[in-house]
Amino acid sequence: MAAVSGLVRRPLRQVTVRDAINQGMDEELERDEKVFLLGEEVAQYDGAYKVSRGLWKKYGDKRIIDTPISEMGFAGIAVGAAMAGLRPICEFMTFNFSMQAIDQVINSAAKTYYMSGGLQPVPIVFRGPNGASAGVAAQHSQCFAAWYGHCPGLKVVSPWSSEDAKGLIKSAIRDNNPVVVLENELMYGVPFEFPAEAQSKDFLIPIGKAKIERQGTHITVVSHSRPVGHCIEAATVLSKEGIECEVINMRTIRPMDIETIEASVMKTNHLITVEGGWPQFGVGAEICARIMEGISEKLVLEYSQAVINIVYLNTYWIRRLKARGGQMTTFNLSCIQFPGCSRCSCHWC
Amino acid sequence: MAEALKPGWRVWDRAGRNLSAASDMGVSSTPSPQHPHRQQQFSSLEDKPQFPGASAEFVDKLEFIQPNVISGIPIYRVMDRQGQIINPSEDPHLPQEKVLKFYKSMTLLNTMDRILYESQRQGRISFYMTNYGEEGTHVGSAAALDTTDLVFGQYREAGVLMYRDYPLELFMAQCYSNVSDLGKGRQMPVHYGCKERHFVTISSPLATQIPQAVGAAYAAKRANANKVVICYFGEGAASEGDAHAGFNFAATLECPIIFFCRNNGYAISTPTSEQYRGDGIAARGPGYGLISIRVDGNDVFAVYNATKEARRRAVAENQPFLIEAMTYRIGHHSTSDDSSAYRSVDEVNYWDKQDHPISRLRHYLLGRGWWDDEQEKAWRKQSRKRVMEAFEQAERKLKPNPNLLFSDVYQEMPAQLRKQQESLARHLQTYGEHYPLDHFEK
Repeated sequence: MAAVSGLVRRPLRQVTVRDAINQGMDEELERDEKVFLLGEEVAQYDGAYKVSRGLWKKYGDKRIIDTPISEMGFAGIAVGAAMAGLRPICEFMTFNFSMQAIDQVINSAAKTYYMSGGLQPVPIVFRGPNGASAGVAAQHSQCFAAWYGHCPGLKVVSPWSSEDAKGLIKSAIRDNNPVVVLENELMYGVPFEFPAEAQSKDFLIPIGKAKIERQGTHITVVSHSRPVGHCIEAATVLSKEGIECEVINMRTIRPMDIETIEASVMKTNHLITVEGGWPQFGVGAEICARIMEGISEKLVLEYSQAVINIVYLNTYWIRRLKARGGQMTTFNLSCIQFPGCSRCSCHWC
Repeated sequence: MAEALKPGWRVWDRAGRNLSAASDMGVSSTPSPQHPHRQQQFSSLEDKPQFPGASAEFVDKLEFIQPNVISGIPIYRVMDRQGQIINPSEDPHLPQEKVLKFYKSMTLLNTMDRILYESQRQGRISFYMTNYGEEGTHVGSAAALDTTDLVFGQYREAGVLMYRDYPLELFMAQCYSNVSDLGKGRQMPVHYGCKERHFVTISSPLATQIPQAVGAAYAAKRANANKVVICYFGEGAASEGDAHAGFNFAATLECPIIFFCRNNGYAISTPTSEQYRGDGIAARGPGYGLISIRVDGNDVFAVYNATKEARRRAVAENQPFLIEAMTYRIGHHSTSDDSSAYRSVDEVNYWDKQDHPISRLRHYLLGRGWWDDEQEKAWRKQSRKRVMEAFEQAERKLKPNPNLLFSDVYQEMPAQLRKQQESLARHLQTYGEHYPLDHFEK
């Protein structure tokens, strides 16, 4: 915990997600000279989305490296550098292009520590924007949380706020395992209040721990990345109708903090998962599976009373409609009832 | 032992004597159907290399091959920068009508680019990429092909479609994602596709079109279609692994394909000096067994001549060709880029003013008496009017029906997508007033 001076508190600042990531990388580059950043356009151009602004100017060619256009090439080079003892940050212009390099990420980065019998660690960070942006079509809009979250050997984080972004990128860089950091292009420009602790150079957010962004009693809403903001907005609207949502920001996809979600569902008895990825084999599907397995142990007696509402939203098409000027005031809900359900008080059925 | 050896195998004893040639092993000394390119004669008595991997002489002096980047592969051109034919025997002697079509295609594209770039700046479309400076590469090559030759582009080849008479209305429809778009509004702007004009829909990830084009060429060969496939890409995309695979497969599978590289000096901000250290892309061709040439991409006749000859031979011999067209990207990479961040205005101005494919062709036309200032003024007015009309029309059109969100994922719509489609319909019935449904087709 960062110490806060007793009487003099630093005021809260507004920091955009972009600047938070930039700060996090800057601090880690300064702290450890083995850390370096490589990718397309990251150096003099300041990054395709300006996330690495100013870093090349400060650290030069040896630490901030522009690569030719080959994701497979530079991901492989980064993995090799990590194997040789450096700590690379490998930037994909978007995670959609990481598919050209996915063999390096999975077969070389994720699996090597295990396959080498613990002899060869790969302390690498893969980062870049993930998920949908504004009208950039199918090949620039996929969410890869489920794909990377599937693989042992990888850690996968998905920040929402500036605080998340800075704390998680720093933890990712300091982690000796390969870590995939799924950012979001539309969040880069969004400012958040930056608490005092976050301004410290040793501010870390633990990988594997979710955060309860909003306390509630009626329903648990779980999300990651940009949709967390939508959930908080929805919670505000629902609150006026007397429904108090508990909004959980996952922060980490793998290892998933299912305990926080479970504890919340035990309290509220209702669960919605919200994500930018497709529903089949997705993050929400995994959460629901684990809750079902876990709760069936814990709530055997209360099972018939619990109704779990599961809603999948493909937020890409909802955002498309929204981008055309539509207002989303409520989400389309559907209720899946279990045999023996004695109808809960939510009245959604 | 002689019987045990298979044909083609060779065995030496410790003294270095070739035993397998001692008897007739049926070793072929002429190129066989399986190895049509093996030129080497096998003879046990001469000290010639027998390696299957290369056909070459021995050398006994240690000497490394120096990559030649100071004096690289020469650049073929027909016109000088003032539009004068340098070597009359290289003049393609194209008829006036055709050359005017070149000129009008390039200038119409230029006009359309200006207007659509501005429209993005004004928030009317979400994104745009201009073709400034590279019009010669598009039109010269497109003109040398058959209209039915398949085109795989990267994203900066709109001039090929322009030359193939793709209507302005459809260019605009794609950029505006309106109801007339053949792509049903699903792609980012400039991702054109036209089955009728044999132009494969543009795909965003770089260089993926290269192995695909090779596969298509292979299919054309198998079908005896007498067609060539042309595959465009930039010098940056040529760094991708897919380019390596594409080149290699085109050669080993003997495909009738023209690889056309637009080397325009930049990949977003990455200059060629950071993209590669060899002599550009043309120098890679021979490494793969590709017949290669480097041309002046701002000389529409040079591009035309090279593509024409490459097409003729590619089809006749089932042989891949690599054309590297040297040019310059005068515009920004896209509307998301500001190139003043990484290159000087002077540099850009040089290419715009001193070595532009449109100006060079105009000088040629003026020199031939096929064009004059009056016609130039009239054409500028007319082309601008045509573009503005198409533009205004595109602005007014509705967007595609929201039902089209769900179709074409598969050939037949699966049940869960149908349910989602119905769910959206119900949702819009209740909450439709919150959406700008008036802008969409019903």
